[in-house]
Amino acid sequence: MTANPSNPATPVLQAKGLVKTYGRVIGLAGVDLELHAGEVLAVIGDNGAGKSTLMACLSGAQIPDEGTILVDGAPVKLRSTTDARRVGIETVYQNLAVAPALDIASNLFLAREQRKKGPLGSVLRMLDTKAMKQQAAEQLAELGISTLQDVEQAVETLSGGQRQAVAVARAAAFGSKVLILDEPTAALGVRESGQVLRVIRELRDKGLGIILVSHNMPQVFEIADRIHIQRLGRGAGVITPSAYSMNDAVAIMTGARRLDEVAQAEAAAEADTVEAAEAAEPQSTGAP
Amino acid sequence: MTASAPSPVLEPAETVSDLSARRGHSPANRLQHLLHRRPALSPLAVLLIAVVIFSLVNARFYSAVNLSLVAQQSAVVGSLAVGQTLIVLTAGIDLSIGAIMVLASFLAANLVFTDNVSVPLALLAATVVAVAAQAVNGLLVTRVKLPPFIVTLGTFNVFTALTLIYAKGQTITLNTGSGLLWTGQSFLIGNFRVTYGVVLMVVLYLVVAYALRCTAWGRHLYATGDDPEAARLAGIDTKRVLLSAYLVAGLVIAVSAWILCGRVGGADPNSGLNANLESITAVVIGGTSLFGGRGSLVGSLLGALIVQVFDNGLALAGVDPNYQVLAVGVLVILAVSVDQWIRKVKA
Repeated sequence: MTANPSNPATPVLQAKGLVKTYGRVIGLAGVDLELHAGEVLAVIGDNGAGKSTLMACLSGAQIPDEGTILVDGAPVKLRSTTDARRVGIETVYQNLAVAPALDIASNLFLAREQRKKGPLGSVLRMLDTKAMKQQAAEQLAELGISTLQDVEQAVETLSGGQRQAVAVARAAAFGSKVLILDEPTAALGVRESGQVLRVIRELRDKGLGIILVSHNMPQVFEIADRIHIQRLGRGAGVITPSAYSMNDAVAIMTGARRLDEVAQAEAAAEADTVEAAEAAEPQSTGAP
Repeated sequence: MTASAPSPVLEPAETVSDLSARRGHSPANRLQHLLHRRPALSPLAVLLIAVVIFSLVNARFYSAVNLSLVAQQSAVVGSLAVGQTLIVLTAGIDLSIGAIMVLASFLAANLVFTDNVSVPLALLAATVVAVAAQAVNGLLVTRVKLPPFIVTLGTFNVFTALTLIYAKGQTITLNTGSGLLWTGQSFLIGNFRVTYGVVLMVVLYLVVAYALRCTAWGRHLYATGDDPEAARLAGIDTKRVLLSAYLVAGLVIAVSAWILCGRVGGADPNSGLNANLESITAVVIGGTSLFGGRGSLVGSLLGALIVQVFDNGLALAGVDPNYQVLAVGVLVILAVSVDQWIRKVKA
């Protein structure tokens, strides 16, 4: 499914002033976020900065106390993950929302099982196990996850990386507009991480908006189009990997510097470089 | 591994079949994986071994008459174990299931005997009471969020007391022609005497096994029992699934109550005192995990049969009946140990 919002400038997913508190603990203190179709927006932040709470609110797992969420410009109420799914938001959870004892195919279709056609399905509610297995195998093959051959294998017999593959496959199989990935490669080896990143790029090119929560800075800078930085329950700024360095991002994330300070410094540095370049060698462009 | 063999480095891209090949070195691991896929295999093995041994000890055990008797004796606990399996699969436990059955059976018998209510209407009333009683359990578990053990321990006492208050110490003996005793009537298949109660139990197993295996509800029940948080995040309304397990168990209990009427020829408030624990015993011996999400319905049937086979076989072998209790106790411990071992399965 390709996302074709009527107005291309309208963000596919937008959050305005999200507040979420747990008793006296403030998870989110008014966060704005914009995600456009066909982009990867990374969300970074220190532990406790509100990344997971933000994702939970966007995926319907938690209900924000205040604020609005808009999908394609229309406000939506997300009271459950099912609500979120209905408006096209798919999530891969950090704690992997898979049922360990069920097999891979059952997990891919969990909570959206397909029934057989005809009276067997409508009256006897019989599942179309065969079709679901076949589609599961196709989905895994499409994502290039060659290590999973037997879709009838119980998920608990898989390695951590393989389980992650199932979780990503699950979200991508039904992802319609927005895909939220919470630390999707944290448990993976280099090779499997690469596979997941490739899948993310493919899905972005198909026109999905992708939110990626990650601690892995090189990875974030490799794949993200924009980076949303969370700090102490607030959005500390949105930067692009081309204009800012990892050090800048970490400085903003930890509160060592504010975005406007970094921006000024960047501008000054750029001006310096440009001046220097103009003075010395007119043909060079001096972006670090 | 010998020193000369290349050291087993796990590559991320290593295929599952490679892993199985390596795993295949140990027969214990193979058995573990086999039982992981088919948890009913161990009770099946126990049942077959028990039948063979008891037949060797006393030839009368293997007679059609005796085996028919074993089946008839298993019908009440066997059918009740269907409901218990549903609750245990959600990682719950139902201590009140037998008490509700006795209440429902006494209500039906009393309505027919004292109030001359027609049998279908009496059975309907029993069904309503059984489902309502399980709705109380289910709502306390899902809404008030009390542990199932405590909820059903409480309701066990409540329903037992209600039955005794309602019965006023009397037992009811119905005329043999009463429709309520239809479940005790029998027909012959070859030399086997089969009661309609046994048939009803088998039908119950087939229907519920179908629902568990072939419908989305069954999968959601397994997923909810396995990891409720994961199931919720996947989009399953876990509270609804939990409540539905209790309500379906209520329906199952109503059928068990009818079978019980046929067994005792009416209703006796003291008849099903051990049914609560016996149904749990059957489910556990049948390989269903008390931690939820794992197990099969057919295992519970095997578990119920195993208990009766031990009971009957040891009696025919002339062994002190107390050893039967001891044997069942050992089996329960063994079954739970096997479950713990299976749960540790890894790729």
